[in-house]
Amino acid sequence: MELLSNLSLGFSVALSPTTLMLAVAGCFLGTIIGSLPGLGPSNGVAILIPLTFTLGLDATSALVLMTAVYYGAMYGGRISSILLNIPGDEPALMTTLDGYPMAKQGRAGDALVISGVASFVGAFLATVGLMLLAPLLARVAFLFGPAEYFALYILAFSTLGGIASNNQAKAVIASCIGLGIAMIGLDNSSGLPRFTFGNLHLMDGVDFLVAIVGLFAIAEVFFFIESHGAKSSIGVKLEKVTVPIRDIVSSIWTMLRATVVGFIAGVLPGAGASLGSFLAYMSEKSIAGPKGGFGTGVARGVAAPEAGNNAAAGGALVPMLTLGVPGSGTTAVLLALLLTLNITPGPTLFTERPEVVWGLIASLLIANFVLLAMNVPLVKVFVRVLQVPPGVLLPGVTMISFVGIFSLSGSYFDLLLMVAFGVLGYVLRKMDVPTVPIILGILLGNAMEDALRRAMVLSDGDPTFLLSSPISIGLWIAAIAGFIAPMFLRRFIRKPQAVTD
Amino acid sequence: MASDRILGLVVILVALAYIASATQIQTSFLADPVGPKTFPILIGIAAALAGGVLVFRPDEEPDWPGLATLGALVISVVVLVIYAYSLRPLGFLLPTAIAAGILSYQISQRAVFAAVTGVGLSVLLFLVFRYALGLSLVPFPEAFHG
Repeated sequence: MELLSNLSLGFSVALSPTTLMLAVAGCFLGTIIGSLPGLGPSNGVAILIPLTFTLGLDATSALVLMTAVYYGAMYGGRISSILLNIPGDEPALMTTLDGYPMAKQGRAGDALVISGVASFVGAFLATVGLMLLAPLLARVAFLFGPAEYFALYILAFSTLGGIASNNQAKAVIASCIGLGIAMIGLDNSSGLPRFTFGNLHLMDGVDFLVAIVGLFAIAEVFFFIESHGAKSSIGVKLEKVTVPIRDIVSSIWTMLRATVVGFIAGVLPGAGASLGSFLAYMSEKSIAGPKGGFGTGVARGVAAPEAGNNAAAGGALVPMLTLGVPGSGTTAVLLALLLTLNITPGPTLFTERPEVVWGLIASLLIANFVLLAMNVPLVKVFVRVLQVPPGVLLPGVTMISFVGIFSLSGSYFDLLLMVAFGVLGYVLRKMDVPTVPIILGILLGNAMEDALRRAMVLSDGDPTFLLSSPISIGLWIAAIAGFIAPMFLRRFIRKPQAVTD
Repeated sequence: MASDRILGLVVILVALAYIASATQIQTSFLADPVGPKTFPILIGIAAALAGGVLVFRPDEEPDWPGLATLGALVISVVVLVIYAYSLRPLGFLLPTAIAAGILSYQISQRAVFAAVTGVGLSVLLFLVFRYALGLSLVPFPEAFHG
């Protein structure tokens, strides 16, 4: 019953005209961002954060807008996967495997509708899952002391490094770059400067938005310059869109199974939506067997990864809201948004700011219906967006990034830092070093150090205190297993491409 | 192979410099058992170890762009740096048109298209930022205002 009263509180926030309008606008914008090749949920949300501030929105509205963009981008990612054989974002990669063959057979409309429905099933059920699981986890999270939080941060970095990258050493390097950058600025406990080298700009530390926009958006521009926009080949034409009811009915179990798999993958800190769609596709492929025809353009091959990745997107919000530990690259960006809005995620968020949490959940439920409407009957509108040539899109993204960052602080220093992060992001991604751990490191570095130092104050410097509770021991074991296990599994499960989300 | 080895070496050197710099951090009299130095030093050690792994077990060589593309990338970076410095003294419209035009040319390789894109983006974004989002952007060089 508590759930119902919470939900009614949420809907009272979400159904106010402004919030509703923001949710719809966010869905629309998000779908466009998701469908444009080269603009995924992470960099899309990142370049929009500074602009959200200029709108002067309050915390709940800003959060509703950006999560609607996030969900919209997850829906939209499939459009270019199916029509152009280019994933609009990283998690939509698996959708190309069956979506593009379907489109080549002249069934592009069917593929778009099936994947739209699958996205809805995944995202809607995951939001329900978020609603049920998050308050429970928030209650468990009250038991977390500094030692447990420290172990949890270790877990997030090690699963992100272990599962979502191809080389553990490179993931460790990326995490260390992020953590090392987070140390720059004034020390939280003593107030003395660290690693500032007498530079006043560095006293406040490196703004994570500068790093995020640089690593995601500016680096993407360099990739497009390298390929000269060759990624934008004209794909398959979309004729007319009908609803293939038989295909949808036949793949309903696939969608439900993929949702469960995706949601679990999303809840794991550090794993994220790419893993969700990958596992969902792979498990459905093995259930269907060789007769299932996966990879040749079958409805279930489109439904599985889309349900999986959207379910994971919802699942990734669970650890982000309850523990403050993001489950994927994009939720790391959303965490950055929360921190800039002065909302500290964690168990207390559920008790102290219920209107934020439940308003967000109610908006997500509404956003899902809006997105279903946008992505099935109105899908043709978004197909038009794909015709924007990269020669216009990418310079536009760059200029928006510059103005956004410039409007935050008005300093040249931040702009130069952003360009530097862009170059760093390009070189690192070229060398298959994941960039998401860098973001996570910059975001969590100070909290992680604080947890360690508080734990040591409590235990008077005894390091065994870090392993003193069953929860922290469990987290450490999971962290070590999550880091090492993929080394052995990698031989059996080959990823089709480097996963960076 | 070579790229990863170089990356590994660079990481080790930076990590050592980071550790060295961490030992110089001032400690306050309000000492906690860990202090402000320990965590940065731990990060440095982890990075150095991972760098060492890369030196001994490098991945395959990534396909680096050719000289022409590298040139285009360097030009773009230089353009972006100049753009960052020119935004305030020269106003929004002119630097944006030029920078967007050059970037667009690097991607599309079509001169007229790039010029139109640069001017179009500059004007369009200015209108959006100024009137839809209410940012106080200066359109022209300050000298024009007298």
